[in-house]
Amino acid sequence: MRFFFFHLMPYAALDPDYDQTHKSAWVTLPNSYYDPAIGADLYNRYLDELEYAAELGFEGIGVNEHHQNAYGLMPCPNVFAGMLARRIPATTKIAILGRALPVLSNPLSVAEEFAVLDNVTRGRIITGFVRGIGAEYHSLAVNPTESHARFHEAHDLITQAWTRDGPFAFEGKYYHFPYVNLWPRVYQQPHPPIWIPSQGSSETIAFAAHPSRRYVYLQTATPAVMLFRYMQAYRDEALRMGYQASPDQLGWSVKIHVAETDEIARREAKPHVEAFANKFLRMPPEMLLPPGYTSIESMKRIQEAKKTITGSARTMEQMIEQGTFICGSPQTVIDQLADYQRKGGFNIVMAGLHYGTLPAELTRKNIEMFAREVMPALANASPGTAAAAAAAE
Amino acid sequence: MRQTEISIAGCRTLLRRGGTGAPLLWLHAEHGGGWPPALRRLAQHFDVIAPDLPGFGGSATPEWLDTIHDLAFFTLELLEALNLHAVRLVGASLGGWVATEAAVRDRSRLSHLALLNPMGLHVKGLAAQDPFLATPEETMAANFHNAAQPMDAVELDLQLKHRHAFARMAWAPRLHDPHLEKWLHRLRLPTLILSGAEDRVVPPANGARYAAAIPGARQVVLPGCAHLAEMDAPEAVCAALEPFLEPDPRRPDRRSGEPVSPTEETRP
Repeated sequence: MRFFFFHLMPYAALDPDYDQTHKSAWVTLPNSYYDPAIGADLYNRYLDELEYAAELGFEGIGVNEHHQNAYGLMPCPNVFAGMLARRIPATTKIAILGRALPVLSNPLSVAEEFAVLDNVTRGRIITGFVRGIGAEYHSLAVNPTESHARFHEAHDLITQAWTRDGPFAFEGKYYHFPYVNLWPRVYQQPHPPIWIPSQGSSETIAFAAHPSRRYVYLQTATPAVMLFRYMQAYRDEALRMGYQASPDQLGWSVKIHVAETDEIARREAKPHVEAFANKFLRMPPEMLLPPGYTSIESMKRIQEAKKTITGSARTMEQMIEQGTFICGSPQTVIDQLADYQRKGGFNIVMAGLHYGTLPAELTRKNIEMFAREVMPALANASPGTAAAAAAAE
Repeated sequence: MRQTEISIAGCRTLLRRGGTGAPLLWLHAEHGGGWPPALRRLAQHFDVIAPDLPGFGGSATPEWLDTIHDLAFFTLELLEALNLHAVRLVGASLGGWVATEAAVRDRSRLSHLALLNPMGLHVKGLAAQDPFLATPEETMAANFHNAAQPMDAVELDLQLKHRHAFARMAWAPRLHDPHLEKWLHRLRLPTLILSGAEDRVVPPANGARYAAAIPGARQVVLPGCAHLAEMDAPEAVCAALEPFLEPDPRRPDRRSGEPVSPTEETRP
């Protein structure tokens, strides 16, 4: 099993009573809730945590992109990757998961930024391509009905900019460039790895699994039972397209808390992981699912099910039960991860060891215990053959 | 009322048509078309033609449906396909925006233009509801002042289809076309703007802006009427529309607005 440490950088000092007057921590939550003096401390603390994880031997550290919200304070992930690039061990990778291509005005500048980071780190970056979440189509005023088309076109533009000799013309519907001619060229050949984080959709899985791409598919924020199905869908799609997917093409992004005992872990984690679920992630459906963000068929299924990830308040116990949170003693966490790996067939774990309002000392302890007691025990763990059966359950 | 299908620019288009008299082309709002009481009443005086716009209701969603301009050209194609002349073009909300975009391009088949709470223009700083962030309850409150539950329960499939097409047209720039206002002086035809006094999606100040930019246009504010005026206050809307649209084409008295000569509104 391969381990990355992932940070969301929430505004942990958010007044938890904001939801008495505001619907969400996204889009329209007044930024008067943000105190720059506190924010400056949080940013520096969070960067310290990422650097500390790199020192403790994670394969890589992960940053991501969110806009105009208290949930994640990284609107510009490449800036964060740049701040980290020369302060971490020369063996640690930086996973930028990802850039939200459709909501950015110029994907060619994304290709440039990634290429610069790829050169400076001598090929230690992993790039991520995402569509952004629904709220970001409100925040950045980009038409959600163009989301899929823009994503695919921006993807083609960036990968061609990395792999084709310039100058050449890129002639798309949304992006039209007479001269694509990247300086610098990318360091990794043929191009930096591309990972596709997703909450799960058959279109995205088919896109990532295609034999011409074979991108790592990273499942985010999903109950375990759905995780197993999505992982199997990727393997099935690969087989359908004539090849066998490797476990290294599959990853899971999950929040984890480790402490001395199960009881201590649950006590430490409870208020902070519930703040994550019920305060930072809180979003009405109009914000989460703007028209066109998913197909009308998917939208209909969601509306009829009347449940979204932002539905009613969730408890830590429910999250553990569902498998969206792993919490316990080192042995509990080891057993859980090994079990999920057997059933999911993935080899990459993107560990969210900070979440919600988890304070600095507990975050540090969580990172240390995970790196020292969980990671070594699972270093040689690999998925067996049980995955297909688990997905079918 | 007869319901037929017609192909316009390759788009299967559902057309409702009823009544006799001068032709009246009705372009529905973002919540979809139909044959509501307001159209039934207008059909007593006019040959009312009410298409489901591409992307809405019983019409297809064509590949070419990208912007509001596509609906404008669709409208002009429809007028040609039906070979209509001296058409009373009436549009509600999103349909009002489409009607305006069509009319600034080609008004040769039009005799009158009436816009109900039309989207399409932006008034800087004007507070309004964002229809894409509003909850269903907030949307109902903004759309209806009088009627509690006046719309037949539209099935979920259609609601989602309409919302998708509406967003495609109006998400960004939000509810307007920044290049429309500078050509409104081309609307050299009798024009009436109806504004619901209680409309919080397209407040009356927006209609006033239209009236100011269109030569000789007149705005009538309907008291106690919200955004979906034709559903919320059908009697008041029809009472304002009917005399303006001149049901009898032989009647010479024009609208109350003063006639304008083509030269005086030619702008640099």
